[in-house]
Amino acid sequence: MNFLETFQVSFEAILSNKVRAGLTMLGVIIGVMAVILLVSIGEGARVYITKELTGLGTNLLIITPGKTSASGGFHPPSAGTVRKLTYDDSLALKRRVWLLTDAVPIVLGTGRIKYTNLGRDVMIIGVTPEFQRVRNLFVDSGSYVTQGDVDSKFKVVVLGTKVKEELFGDQNALGKVVMLSDVRYRVVGVMRKKGTSLGMDVDDVVYVPVTSGQELFDTDALFEIIASTPHAEDTDRAIAQIKDILIKRHAHREDFTIQTQGAMLDTMNTILGVLTAVLGGIAGISLLVGGIGIMNIMLVSVRERTREIGIRKALGARNSDIMAQFMIEAVTLSGAGGVLGIFIGVGLALLIPLFIDVLPTSVSFWSIAMAFTFSGAVGIFFGVYPASKAAQQDPIQALRFE
Amino acid sequence: MIDLSNITKTYHMGEVAITVLAGITLNIKQGELIAIMGPSGSGKSTLMHIVGCLDRPTSGVYRFENREISTLSDDELASVRNVKIGFVFQTFNLLPRLTALKNVEVPLIYSGVPARVRKERAMPMLERVGLAERMYHKPTELSGGQQQRVAIARALVNNPALLLADEPTGNLDSRSGEEILNILTGLNQQGVTIIIVTHDQNVAGRCKRKIHLKDGQILEDQVVT
Repeated sequence: MNFLETFQVSFEAILSNKVRAGLTMLGVIIGVMAVILLVSIGEGARVYITKELTGLGTNLLIITPGKTSASGGFHPPSAGTVRKLTYDDSLALKRRVWLLTDAVPIVLGTGRIKYTNLGRDVMIIGVTPEFQRVRNLFVDSGSYVTQGDVDSKFKVVVLGTKVKEELFGDQNALGKVVMLSDVRYRVVGVMRKKGTSLGMDVDDVVYVPVTSGQELFDTDALFEIIASTPHAEDTDRAIAQIKDILIKRHAHREDFTIQTQGAMLDTMNTILGVLTAVLGGIAGISLLVGGIGIMNIMLVSVRERTREIGIRKALGARNSDIMAQFMIEAVTLSGAGGVLGIFIGVGLALLIPLFIDVLPTSVSFWSIAMAFTFSGAVGIFFGVYPASKAAQQDPIQALRFE
Repeated sequence: MIDLSNITKTYHMGEVAITVLAGITLNIKQGELIAIMGPSGSGKSTLMHIVGCLDRPTSGVYRFENREISTLSDDELASVRNVKIGFVFQTFNLLPRLTALKNVEVPLIYSGVPARVRKERAMPMLERVGLAERMYHKPTELSGGQQQRVAIARALVNNPALLLADEPTGNLDSRSGEEILNILTGLNQQGVTIIIVTHDQNVAGRCKRKIHLKDGQILEDQVVT
């Protein structure tokens, strides 16, 4: 008896009980759909984060004070053991690490910005002019923080678009004086609109020269130094050079951490990969439940068709023919459920971003392949027991069955 | 053609062993028309199952066309049933979802006959039992007599050496029963070996040889001349 014949027999059996077959398939459909949908959401998050991180600028090295372990994790800089990164450190790097195009010192803090009677809390970033280049954030009108501003600790401020709109509305802000933590700052520029990046609204910040920022926060330490190399392949050598110089400057101790964009991407990918796997696993459980549903229905079906099994055996069906008939029935149920689940899952994954824009999805081929293979495997796994039960029927007992 | 020698069959129901056949020795030649008779519990159905290769004897030797049957595997028995033996049951035992034609084709499916040839072979069988007009009807759309005729066509489709009929008229009115008997005796005249298990004297009266069973033994083996 060839495969096609057996398939036809199984298919007729399924068609003879459409409602039951449909409900049985529903379990698998929901399972496969859930796998695809949840994996797509996980993947979507990964793709989104990757895009955002690469959008920060290219070939970045981020140097932060304090030593953290290589695999991530954060150790807060503790007093006494850690030297601060200073503005002079950044100058030294810029001057002596020839592989770097930029080394931008950054201070970060919050303060209150006031203009006339309007005021709000805002994030203040102390920068040098190169910050525009390394972070791909450019000024729209007026000018950015200049080297002269930095050298002379000028009290000038560049406003993010959101801050500008809230304080000045449609008015021209350039040349106006604002109060930044009770110090008078002159507005010299307004940034180009950029939107949120990794959950941070980069339009809701103001930029000041790093030196005046340090004065504002009353510190000589830097939050971090962002360095950039012209080519990705220079990264490793640049790191070596940076270490070399900073260790010399920090009393021969490596009390800082250099993170590369690649390493950050890897960390993010690992986290989101685990997340995706967990989501997929949870969805897999529902697929498993669907499989149990198939086994249940197959057992009922075998019992109901005991007499048919007896007749077929009397007419010359071998055990393997009966086995094949019920196996194919189970696999067809799960396989058809799998295909339908894929269509619905992919459809939903493509529809979701249209309605919920904070939930990016990405349908990956491997999730489809995996869901389909898995649903087929579920059919085989949960079909074996009922099918072998059918095949082992004694023909005489089966024929007598009422 | 069929050689049964000292066949026994014992069932174990928990602790109790029930002997259904207690030493049956029987020889059946090609072309015979035999009635196996006896009260219920006499072992006639069990004997038919063993002769029909649906079951194996507990002891004894069963030779079918000079081939030892008792030692065959499940698959080999299935193949013997498929090619050599046709069954006609009291309850017809047609597959309810299939048309008459498809039902007749079933044994051919298991012999690996391709679909087109199956149809060519199944159609003449249905014509032979007078159902040319009813080929595409399902069993539920046929009368009892018609269903039994489909079952006979199905039993014959592989040109078996032996036709086994278990109370073939038991579920039929007398007129349909008579038709079925006519078909069976007609087939016997064309050379088909037929064994009919029955307790109907009228049916047995049409057979040339009557074997009476009682308590798992042959009480009487009578050839009508």
